[in-house]
Amino acid sequence: MRVKMQTRVRQRIKRRKMRIDTLKTVIVTVIAVIFAVIFLLPTFLTITNSFMSSSEISANYGSIFATTEKGGKVFISKTVNLKFIPDIVSFTQYFTVLFKSPEYLIKFWNSMIYVVPIVVVQLMIATLASYGFARYTGKLKNAIFFAYIIMMLMPYQVTLVPNFLVSKALGIYGTRWSIWLPGMFSPFAVYLLTKFMRRIPTEVMEAASIDGANEWYIFSRVCLPLCKGGIASIAILVFFDYWNMVEQPLILLPDSEMHPLSVFLSKINSGEISLAFAVAVIYLVPPLLIFLYGEEYLVEGISYQGGIKG
Amino acid sequence: MSKKEKLNNEKTKHASSLKRKKLISWLFLLPSLFGVILFFVAPFMVVIYYSLINNPVQKEFVGFDNYINVWNNAAFKQAASNSLVFSLISVPMAVFLSLFLAAIMETRIPFKSYFRSFFLSPLMVPTASVVLIWQVMFHQNGLVNNVTALFGANKIDWLKSDKACIVIVALFLWKNLGYNMILFMAALASIPKDLLEVAALENANKWQVFWLVKARYLSSTIMFVAIMSLISSFKVFREVYLMTGDYPYQTLYILQHFMNNTYASLDYQKLSTAAIIMFIVVTALVYAMYAIENIYGKDIEG
Repeated sequence: MRVKMQTRVRQRIKRRKMRIDTLKTVIVTVIAVIFAVIFLLPTFLTITNSFMSSSEISANYGSIFATTEKGGKVFISKTVNLKFIPDIVSFTQYFTVLFKSPEYLIKFWNSMIYVVPIVVVQLMIATLASYGFARYTGKLKNAIFFAYIIMMLMPYQVTLVPNFLVSKALGIYGTRWSIWLPGMFSPFAVYLLTKFMRRIPTEVMEAASIDGANEWYIFSRVCLPLCKGGIASIAILVFFDYWNMVEQPLILLPDSEMHPLSVFLSKINSGEISLAFAVAVIYLVPPLLIFLYGEEYLVEGISYQGGIKG
Repeated sequence: MSKKEKLNNEKTKHASSLKRKKLISWLFLLPSLFGVILFFVAPFMVVIYYSLINNPVQKEFVGFDNYINVWNNAAFKQAASNSLVFSLISVPMAVFLSLFLAAIMETRIPFKSYFRSFFLSPLMVPTASVVLIWQVMFHQNGLVNNVTALFGANKIDWLKSDKACIVIVALFLWKNLGYNMILFMAALASIPKDLLEVAALENANKWQVFWLVKARYLSSTIMFVAIMSLISSFKVFREVYLMTGDYPYQTLYILQHFMNNTYASLDYQKLSTAAIIMFIVVTALVYAMYAIENIYGKDIEG
C-alpha cells in the first residue's frame, strides 16, 4: 500500500516536472521566434518590396524619400504604409535594371571585379603563408605572427592611411589596383588559416617528410586536402566582407564611376526608389547563394576561430 | 668509419636537413611578407614619421605638436567621443545578447538548425541592400514609431534625433549577433561533459554551474567575442554613411567621417596623427582585455 502511494507520488512529481519542462521549452521557443522575426524581417521586406511597382512604392513610401534628398521639400503629411506583400507582383523594375539602365549592372560588375580577385589571391597567398607559419615555429616567426594579429585587428580608420600613402607613392591611387593590392595582402585570412593548420598533427606531415616527400609535396598533397573546409569557410567570410566594402572606395577611388554597388546603392534611393529595391535584391543574390550552399562551412570556420591565442 | 662517427654524421645530416626545411618554410611566407611590408608596415613607418614633422615639404621635426593639435581639434573630439560611446554601449550588448542566443540554442527547442540559419543570416546581407528598409522603419511615420506609439511614445525622426545612436546600435547588433552566437555555441560544446556531471553530483544549481564552470571555460571566448565586436564596432561607419551620407546628425559623426574629411583636405599630418592615436588606443584596449582574461581564465589553462 505504502509502496503504491510512493510510486504514485513519484509519478505525479515526474509529470509535474515534465509539464514545467514543456512550458520552459514553449517560452524559449517563443523568444527564439521573436528573435528570428527581427533577424529576418529587413531582408524579407526588401525582397517583397522589390516586386512592387513604382507607383505602389511611391504611394507607400514617397513621403519618406522626398525628405531624404538634400534640400528637398519636406513632405511628411502622409503616413507610411509598410507593406509586407505587394498588391500586384511586378517585374518591370527588374526588367528596367537588367536591360534598360546599364549603370546598375556596371556597378554590380565593378563589385565582382573587385571582390573575386581579392578573395582568390588573398586565399592563395594566405595558404602559403599559413603553411610557413604553422610548419615550424621560432621566436622570429612568432613575433611576425603577432604583428599580423595586430594588423588584422586594426580598423580601417588606421589601415587606410598607410594604404592611401602607398597608393599615391606607387601611382595606383584612383585605379582598381589601389583596392585590389591591399585586399590581396590582407593578413585576415593568414591569421585564421594558420590557426586551422596548427590543428593538423605534426606527425602527419613528418611521416610524409620521412618518406622523402619535399616541402612542396607535403604542402600541396598532405596539408591542403586537410584544410579544404577551412579554406572554404575563410573564403566565404572574406567574400562577405569585401562584397560589403564602403570605406576603401570612398577614399581610394575619387571617380564614383568606379565605385562598387555597395557604395553606389545609397546614392540612388532618392530618385528611383522602386529600382533601388530591385537593385538591392540583385546585390543580395551572390552572398545569399553562397550562404545557402556554404552555411555548414561557414559555421565550422567561425567555430574554429575560438580563442585568439590559437 | 666507426659506428659512433657514423651516428654523429647522421645526426648532423639530420640537423642540417631540419635547418633546410626551416629555411624552406620561410619561402612560403615570402609572398605574404612582401605585400604586408609594402602595403602596411613600411607606409605605417611613414605615417609615424609624418605625425612628427610639420609638413611633407619642409620636413621639420616638431615633436608632439601634431598630437596636441589633433587632440584639441573639436571635430576630432566629437568624433572620438561619439565612436567611444557607441563602442561602450554596443560591445557589452553584443557579448551578452549573443551569449543569450547561444544559451537558447543549448535548450531543447524544435527546428534548431533553422533558427541557427536565421540568426546567422544578417551576416551575409550587404549593408547597402537593407539600408532602404531601415530608413523606412525608422522614419517619422515608420514601423518602429507605429509600434512605440502603441505604448504611448511620441513619434520621432530617429535618425535626426538624439536617439539616432540607438538605431545604429540596433543595426550593429542585428548584423553581428549571429557570428558571435556561433563562437559561443562552439565554446559551450567544448566544455568537458564530466565537469558538468561532477557539478550535477555536487548539487550545484544552474546559477553556480554557469558562473563557476561554464563562464570559466567561456572566458577566452568572451574576450575573443569582445575584441571582434570592438573591431566590427569601428566598421559601423558603413551603416551610418549609407543611411545618412557625408554629414549625419551630430551624434552620428564618428571617426571615419572625421578621417574622410581630412583625406579630402589632404592634411597628411592630421591624418597620420589621428591614425597613430587610434592605433595606440586600439592596441591598449586589446591589451587590457587580454590582461583581464589572463587573470580570470588562468585556472583552466595548462
